[in-house]
Amino acid sequence: MLLSFDHVAKRFPNGVEALRDTTFTVNEGDFVSIVGPSGCGKSTALRLIADLTKPSAGAIKWSGKPPTLGFVFQDAALMPWATVEGNVRLPLDLTGTDTATAGARVAEALALVGLEAFAKSYPRELSGGMKMRVSLARALAAKPSLLLMDEPFAALDELTRERLNDELRELWAKKNLTVIFVTHSIYESVYLSSRILVMSPRPGHVIADIAMPDPTTRDPDFRISPLYGERCRAVRAALQKGGAL
Amino acid sequence: MTQERILAYTLPALVAVAVIGVWEWAVVALDVSPFVLPPPSAIVDAAVANWQSLMDSAWVTLRITIAAFILALILGVGMAIIFAQSRTIERALFPYAVTLQVTPIVAIAPLILIWVGLDNAERAVLILATIVAFFPILANTTLGLRSADRQLHELFDLYRATRLQRLMRLQFPAALPYLLAGMKIAGGLALIGTVVAEFAAGSGTSTGLAWRIIEAGNRLEIAKVFAALALLSAIGIAIYALLSLLERQLLKRWHESARPKE
Ligand SMILES: Nc1ncnc2c1ncn2[C@@H]1O[C@H](COP(=O)(O)OP(=O)(O)O)[C@@H](O)[C@H]1O
Ligand SMILES: [Mg+2]
Repeated sequence: MLLSFDHVAKRFPNGVEALRDTTFTVNEGDFVSIVGPSGCGKSTALRLIADLTKPSAGAIKWSGKPPTLGFVFQDAALMPWATVEGNVRLPLDLTGTDTATAGARVAEALALVGLEAFAKSYPRELSGGMKMRVSLARALAAKPSLLLMDEPFAALDELTRERLNDELRELWAKKNLTVIFVTHSIYESVYLSSRILVMSPRPGHVIADIAMPDPTTRDPDFRISPLYGERCRAVRAALQKGGAL
Repeated sequence: MTQERILAYTLPALVAVAVIGVWEWAVVALDVSPFVLPPPSAIVDAAVANWQSLMDSAWVTLRITIAAFILALILGVGMAIIFAQSRTIERALFPYAVTLQVTPIVAIAPLILIWVGLDNAERAVLILATIVAFFPILANTTLGLRSADRQLHELFDLYRATRLQRLMRLQFPAALPYLLAGMKIAGGLALIGTVVAEFAAGSGTSTGLAWRIIEAGNRLEIAKVFAALALLSAIGIAIYALLSLLERQLLKRWHESARPKE
């Protein structure tokens, strides 16, 4: 076990209750997708994990000391005034990594997402998919062991999204990452995950925890296999039961 | 240079030539008194005849304008940074900045003049011009420092950025386009403030272009008034052009406002 949500609730000062009595665990090496209707508290759950906001009840517990985190936001959230390189370097600059190490890490992260040739470009010169790759490279630059992703591909066209799904799956398999991936796409979650947490409408809590065995054996053919369809139906049924559909 | 750039310069130049030509012709043809509207040629003559005194005065006005602009920049950005650290401080002080802004400068001038001493007229002019130029920089920079993307702020939270890191790497770059827009307004206002303050500071104490205008007006040297006016316009245009150039240079690589047209 890496972390657990123990009866976590989150009520915002304006009275909105985003999460109520949310309990789940994440194991090391998991690729956990959180699926749920819009506004059910998925982003809030990620922000709680990243300690960007505090729970109003319950606790988030780590098995050891909290790991290094990477966070990928929905709309790439790049600094428009900085080059691709400058954006990817940000976490290293903020944590005071020395210049030589930072340079090597940035190069490595850019290679991982295939953007070496665009190091000196500015965000406005990039396509949506490339921006998201930069955002991913930035999250990876600090060598996180836990990667939090908040609907990272929601704004992309389907072909780009499928390609990035494959790249992410490979990265996860190669890098010993734990990934917590928020999405509202059933298909994406089934394709990527080792486990899917299904959430109820707001106030959100986990209503189903569905294992997706053999995550490492998937390839694009999986998208058209009977098993894929079967699993998508199972997730859909869980969402339906929770009143989300 | 693209065709568009060429047009951007030649069209206004053609208008100027046409207006000056018609002006020169109309003054002669309609027999307008030179005390009402001297022809352009007389204005050029007056400028040549008074070149040294006009240049000396222009230098005085320009010097005070630049000093006021720089002071306004330092004070405006400095205060905006303080405001950005705390809403409480902003709430407490912003109304006074607004008060200072909306009070007509001509009305404060006598007071400032008394405070700094009548024999320090130039310093009074500097203070008044700074007051006028300061507000757009403060207001724009305050807004700009607050305009950074919320998710980027969270990213800075995630990596436990210090206040200084956040200011220098996030808030200040986000504020830069706002600051530059404020600087363009402030540059013009610094000049206006200087001239108005020179007028308000009154006779004999000031030696800037405003005083040349008063002096020439009193002597009914209307051509000289126009020559001084033309110099003031030239200074104003030069300030605006320089600040626009600075803006373009600083923003051209990344800001949407400077995206090259297809
Ligand atoms: N900082 C906040 N203050 C007040 N309400 C918020 C805040 N953040 C989110 N909410 C509300 O909490 C609910 C859950 O938000 P969120 O976690 O973003 O949902 P999701 O990511 O699942 O769409 C929404 O109703 C949202 O409006
Ligand atoms: Mg969300």
